[in-house]
Amino acid sequence: MPVLKWIRYGAWAGVVLVSFVGAAILLGWWQVDGPGRSPAGRAAVQGVPAIGGPFTLVDQTGRTVTDADYRGKPLAVFFGFTHCPEVCPTTLVQMANLTGKIGAAADPLQILLITVDPERDTPEQLALYLQSFDPRVVGLTGSRQQVDAALAAYKAYAKKIPTENGYTMDHSASVYLMKADGGFRTMIDYHEDEASALEKVRMVLR
Amino acid sequence: MKRFAIGTAGVALSLAAYAPNPVRAHDYAVGPLKIGHPWARASPPSAKVGGGYLAIENTGPEPDRLVGGSTEGAARVEIHESSLADGIMRMRERTDGVAVPPGQTLEFKPGGLHLMLVDLKAPLKQGDKVKATLVFERAGTVAIELQVQGVGAPQPAATGHTRH
Repeated sequence: MPVLKWIRYGAWAGVVLVSFVGAAILLGWWQVDGPGRSPAGRAAVQGVPAIGGPFTLVDQTGRTVTDADYRGKPLAVFFGFTHCPEVCPTTLVQMANLTGKIGAAADPLQILLITVDPERDTPEQLALYLQSFDPRVVGLTGSRQQVDAALAAYKAYAKKIPTENGYTMDHSASVYLMKADGGFRTMIDYHEDEASALEKVRMVLR
Repeated sequence: MKRFAIGTAGVALSLAAYAPNPVRAHDYAVGPLKIGHPWARASPPSAKVGGGYLAIENTGPEPDRLVGGSTEGAARVEIHESSLADGIMRMRERTDGVAVPPGQTLEFKPGGLHLMLVDLKAPLKQGDKVKATLVFERAGTVAIELQVQGVGAPQPAATGHTRH
């Protein structure tokens, strides 16, 4: 009976199709959500970009430090340079205002200014510059390679722009808020209003 | 450089001919231009640059252009503009100066247009008054005084002046 034969073939084809789809779904789950997922995929699934990471830099006292030295403390990290009359003092003062408003609860927060201009920003230069700001701010510099590695870890941008009498730096103006375990939490934009910035700092302190 | 070649001469001029004719407590005028509350931010000890801010109102019928300036407090005065795009702050020198159209007020303020005091002779200290000159294409030169506010001050402290 050819009709029954075709029905049998059709049924088997259906079984194959269902098995294939099932296997594909299982494989997909394994790689995206299951045990087989990559660290990058894990971050993407949780909606947390892979920002931050290892760095080795020199603080304003001349001591070599790494990201591991700040593990256990939430961080507010931003990039700047001392030949910067605009963004950098503004950001430093804003961070001091925020921590001041939060009070003692903000004490664990470590503020890190990483220079994008290590050629001019020696540890001594940073130390002098930071005298005008919250004493808890640590300034970090290093070799060009060390600074570039830190920029890359934070997916931040900096570019030297020649001027008539020297150069200036274009650079990322946001503040990165990092959790005590070193993971990325959120960012504060340069023009963000104070209420929202305050809430973000409180969030990373929790 | 020619715009700033008047640098040294300008300082001498500002010192010799320093006779501001304040319209109000801390405003200046040259021709149809009114200069409102010039101020600067205090600079950290090691900073080589400082930002100066003011408002320029053109009450006349003709366009004018701020082309340069000088100050006793720094080697040079440049006109710069900061702009934020995609989270990146950029700063560019306005080498051609900046236009002051008739009937308009040009605001120099943090995060935008500013006078860049380059190679400060000494840190700018809060409470200081720094003499400077501005040079306009049409209206000529005017002596002003920058009042130094706190480091990172977002705007001039309220001094009772009315600008608008």
